Amino acid sequence: MNIFVFVKRVPDTESKIRIHHETNSIVEEGLNFIISPNDEYAVEEALRLREAKGGQVTVLSVGPEGAAVILKKCLAMGADEAVLIKDDLKETYDGLRIAKMIAKAVEKKFSNFDLLLFGRQSVGADNSQVPSMVAELLGLPQANVVTKLEIEGKSGTASREIEGASEKVVFSLPAVVSAQKGLNEPRYETLKGIMAAKKKTIPVVSLEELGLVSDEVSPRVEVIKMETPAARQAGKIITGTPDEAAKQLASLLRNEAKVI
Amino acid sequence: MFLVFIETREGQIKKSSLETLGEAKRRAGELGEDVEAVLVGANMDCLNPEIFSSGASKVYLLENPQLARYSSQGFTAALALLVQVAAPKAIFFAATAMGKDLAPRLAAKLGVALASDCTKVAVREGKLEFTRPVYAGKAFLTFGLKSSPQIATLRPNVFAVSESRTAAGEVIKKDVAIPESVIKGQVAEVLKEKGEEIDVTEADVIVSGGRGLKGPENFALLKELSAIIPRSAVGASRSAVDSGWIGHQHQVGQTGKTVSPNLYLAFGISGAIQHLAGMSSSKFIVAVNKDPEAPIFKVADYGIVGDLFQVIPALKEEFKKLFE
Repeated sequence: MNIFVFVKRVPDTESKIRIHHETNSIVEEGLNFIISPNDEYAVEEALRLREAKGGQVTVLSVGPEGAAVILKKCLAMGADEAVLIKDDLKETYDGLRIAKMIAKAVEKKFSNFDLLLFGRQSVGADNSQVPSMVAELLGLPQANVVTKLEIEGKSGTASREIEGASEKVVFSLPAVVSAQKGLNEPRYETLKGIMAAKKKTIPVVSLEELGLVSDEVSPRVEVIKMETPAARQAGKIITGTPDEAAKQLASLLRNEAKVI
Repeated sequence: MFLVFIETREGQIKKSSLETLGEAKRRAGELGEDVEAVLVGANMDCLNPEIFSSGASKVYLLENPQLARYSSQGFTAALALLVQVAAPKAIFFAATAMGKDLAPRLAAKLGVALASDCTKVAVREGKLEFTRPVYAGKAFLTFGLKSSPQIATLRPNVFAVSESRTAAGEVIKKDVAIPESVIKGQVAEVLKEKGEEIDVTEADVIVSGGRGLKGPENFALLKELSAIIPRSAVGASRSAVDSGWIGHQHQVGQTGKTVSPNLYLAFGISGAIQHLAGMSSSKFIVAVNKDPEAPIFKVADYGIVGDLFQVIPALKEEFKKLFE
């Protein structure tokens, strides 16, 4: 199988987010960047499929040169190749813009594939847009938020999470699949993998090479304001025995907060 | 005209679709626009009058036997055909599993940007302005879209259902032609997790547990408490999920689900930054924890410093009295 996995560099989930109010963007100085956690499940699934069925795993990221770090991590996990699609704009929160780049890259450079794997959502922009958009732009079926994936010949079956249930999606290959926690347990890089990854070069593809003119990839999301949420105030501490506290809490929730 | 996609599950309209319709009605009203609703499926005859009382003046039923079960490609094709003739200025979806799957696909087909998972919609100088949490709620982004139609998904449990007086409107049934080759993937069946009807993203009340529960068996306490409270669901912190105590679909936080219930009850959850990001937009927060220094108390409206194994049984008795 020929599998492409798309990964994104995002601020560590431990990070406190600060905002640059002149530019309405997050302050990047001092932030630790990681591979978006959902993308790790996608990488792991690709490696497992290759181990079971043979083939090749290529990892791609759209982003600045700094995104090469997460591609190295994927190589160290066991991916065969990695490619960076260089985009110097900071986060634009515009999923279609990124989807266009990915669809163009796949069409122009990597048109021979069985599966395009993504994380279900980048942890940051939190858009959940790119996998479905890429699927539409390339005319492929999609299965998003997947916790189980089986490939048999030229067709696939996935369990996809919905509210209070899961649904079984059946599709033909090639296809777009986005991974959710529960799909697998991502492996750690091995020392051998890290050493091997160091020796690999990561080709960089520019937007010009993909034939994308600036108008096509100019953001259509116009940021007006970015702010941190108003800090919540610490409230009332209820004291007394467990029975007294429970009684008081139930009464406050009904009569003061009026939420139950 | 604003078009709202109405989602059904087992023939029932989802509450989040009616909330979306309500918000569409309010914003469209400011712009002097009508609101129309659309359902996609096969043989839809069980149309609920709620759609009209929640704000729609017209309802389209797009039918094709191939659309009996959800398919992102089939539903996108059907909606695109309607968009072509009805030319809406805006299209709203609820940000449900289906809405999040379908809206980006339709946006890409129409070549427009999408506003995902919005928690606020406003009209400013004749244009729509969207606000949504980013970094799981550590920041909020307000923005406009420079493409038309304006497509957005709206977070469940945030917007109010509208109480309009319109009792009935026009129903337009359309058979949509979809070439068989379009649908290359489709839902084959829906598998229900036993006894779990409401997802944490849709619940009015979340009864959530963390490491303080000490083991998987103690999630039964939360399930018993949740069983007493109407429209409630059980949530969990990342460490409880990563310890294998409960399924990941219950996880609240930056790598799980971001939730906005009316009431969030946190038992034995210390309040790591990733967890706080995912639940801080809850309307009321209650924390029960042994450690008075736990960060969760900084965001809680009501706190009990104590042993959850003593507090939960007492609370169960009190809630039983309230809901009886």
